[in-house]
Amino acid sequence: MAEPMLKPPKIAISPITWVRQNLFSGWYNTLLTLVVGYLLVVGVGPVFSWLFFDATFLGSEPSDCTGTGACWLFISERLNFFIYGFYPDDLQWRVDVMFGLLALSFVPQFIERFPGRKWFGLFGLTGLPVVGYFLVPGGNFGLEVVESSKWGGLMLTLILAYIGILASLPIGIVLALGRRSEMPIIRGICVVFIEVWRAVPLITVLFMASVMLPLFLPDGMNFEKLMRALIGITLWQSAYMAEVIRGGLQAIPRGQYEAADALGLGYWKKTGLIILPQALKMVIPGIVNTFISLFKDTTLVLIIGLFDILGTVQSTITDPAWQNVAIEGYVFVAFCFWVFCFGISRYSQNLERKLDTGHRT
Amino acid sequence: MGITMTEQTRTTDSLNPVPSQKDDSAAIIRVEGMNKWYGDFHVLRNLNLNVRHGERIVICGPSGSGKSTFIRCINRLEEHQQGKIIVDNIELTDDIRHIDTVRREVGMVFQHFNLFPHLTVLENCCLSPIWVRKLPRKEAEATAMEYLERVRIPEQASKFPGQLSGGQQQRVAIARALCMKPKIMLFDEPTSALDPEMIKEVLDVMIELAGSGMTMICVTHEMGFAKTVADRVIFMDGGEIVEEAPPHEFFTNPQEPRTRKFLEQILQH
Ligand SMILES: Nc1ncnc2c1ncn2[C@@H]1O[C@H](COP(=O)(O)OP(=O)(O)OP(=O)(O)O)[C@@H](O)[C@H]1O
Ligand SMILES: [Mg+2]
Repeated sequence: MAEPMLKPPKIAISPITWVRQNLFSGWYNTLLTLVVGYLLVVGVGPVFSWLFFDATFLGSEPSDCTGTGACWLFISERLNFFIYGFYPDDLQWRVDVMFGLLALSFVPQFIERFPGRKWFGLFGLTGLPVVGYFLVPGGNFGLEVVESSKWGGLMLTLILAYIGILASLPIGIVLALGRRSEMPIIRGICVVFIEVWRAVPLITVLFMASVMLPLFLPDGMNFEKLMRALIGITLWQSAYMAEVIRGGLQAIPRGQYEAADALGLGYWKKTGLIILPQALKMVIPGIVNTFISLFKDTTLVLIIGLFDILGTVQSTITDPAWQNVAIEGYVFVAFCFWVFCFGISRYSQNLERKLDTGHRT
Repeated sequence: MGITMTEQTRTTDSLNPVPSQKDDSAAIIRVEGMNKWYGDFHVLRNLNLNVRHGERIVICGPSGSGKSTFIRCINRLEEHQQGKIIVDNIELTDDIRHIDTVRREVGMVFQHFNLFPHLTVLENCCLSPIWVRKLPRKEAEATAMEYLERVRIPEQASKFPGQLSGGQQQRVAIARALCMKPKIMLFDEPTSALDPEMIKEVLDVMIELAGSGMTMICVTHEMGFAKTVADRVIFMDGGEIVEEAPPHEFFTNPQEPRTRKFLEQILQH
């Protein structure tokens, strides 16, 4: 062992070699590269022109949009509405603080060497909702009340998705564990809960939450519409989450349970320290997938009269002052959703790589 | 030490159990008339066994004879339906507190290691001392390093199990069990999932452990190990204890035809 260890050989490939090896290896691939290249130029070129080169970025009036491309003035002029809904202008700093905290919690998660990023993330999962609970609706600490009917736009989308995601994960875990419980009553309750909620479309859940729930509640007890939608979304999402997590639980080999038992770990320690960490890690892709679906499904709140980002854009494109801005509006909405969903997806890939311990079964 | 068998205990008459030792109070494990069924299938038939402090027992027998099931009953990974199992003066019943107490005193090593893949070697070893024995982390880690040194892999402490060879993993598994400072160690075919060149490193660790006076029950087909280490060899077949004897008698002069047949088969290899 005295001799120095050999370093693995470095394989350096110049860009030209790469292109030759990957794009032009043989007549077949060369032809394919040329055809695809042509299609890209023909197809993507006009899209780029419309998005950027022929688009109007400067000005403030609909009449300033003279080019043949997109009229981004529509977005920039109405941006305030798309982000805050009807939230009063002079109180919007409260929402801005929340956006800032959200960024502060999660942007560091993408920076490998960020000091103490774990604590920022932890704040995002625990402190952030608490701060938001007091700051956004107001009513305490001398903050003026802003009714939830005035919330809207991106802010509402984020609130729905964030709370839906945050609350459905622990509820889903409990349901998944319950479904595998040895106690028949607990197992029965969990099975019924999961199967009922999972079998109902989200639209139905939202209708029920906004129309039927008030009928069942005792007099004097009435949640706001937003709260009811949130409860509906969370429970519906939990049922999905439970099944994803159950998949992970079932994939844990029996030996892990036995080893934990043999070491004297009780049910909760065994579950919390051995089983869940492995099961959750295994189903990260599935969990993220449900997160992303939920994020997009929040747009359905439109039908019960809540104005999320899609709702605000939708209601503005019919504004007679602006002509033919529907495409710009929808592109903007799509872009906003893409940014967040892509972010979630990238983060989960980071996480999977970080949690990889070289174990193959 | 501990070979105080009389002639009559050499073969156990399963209908009329004879206590193996005169001095029962010294027994750390007592199994009396134990029966177990899987559904209608009678896996364990009227087992009787007394194991004294520091005694090393090797159990062998053909596949499916119930060896694993038997030792898994001793720390209640499987429950028995009839008879008594008393470990360290605690009878194993449905009472979960008794089960937990027994499990704290009984370490187990599995055929397929069953290390926790999401934890490092050191964390694997510290987990139970910290969460079950409530030791401070520092102390648990110091103990863990001590045992990792005894199984000769202290340098792997910060690796994950998936990065180790089979032999190394099994030694970690032994260290993990020892970190709970158990009074009894159970081994269920600890070397049968290993490549031949790794078997020795694991057996060496087990031989050393036997030398330290640990009470051990070991299911294995490593007859060399049985000869050097065991105080008694037990032969099981069809869910019964067919024969028990000190190793040299067991190997040179087996009484039961079934034992003889089994020994012929495995010694051919
Ligand atoms: N969970 C179970 N349900 C039903 N039957 C089982 C179960 N586990 C084991 N058995 C049966 O019980 C018998 C004894 O099994 P056991 O695993 O104890 O055998 P073994 O002596 O350890 O064999 P091997 O040398 O192959 O490990 C076998 O016939 C097996 O098929
Ligand atoms: Mg076995």
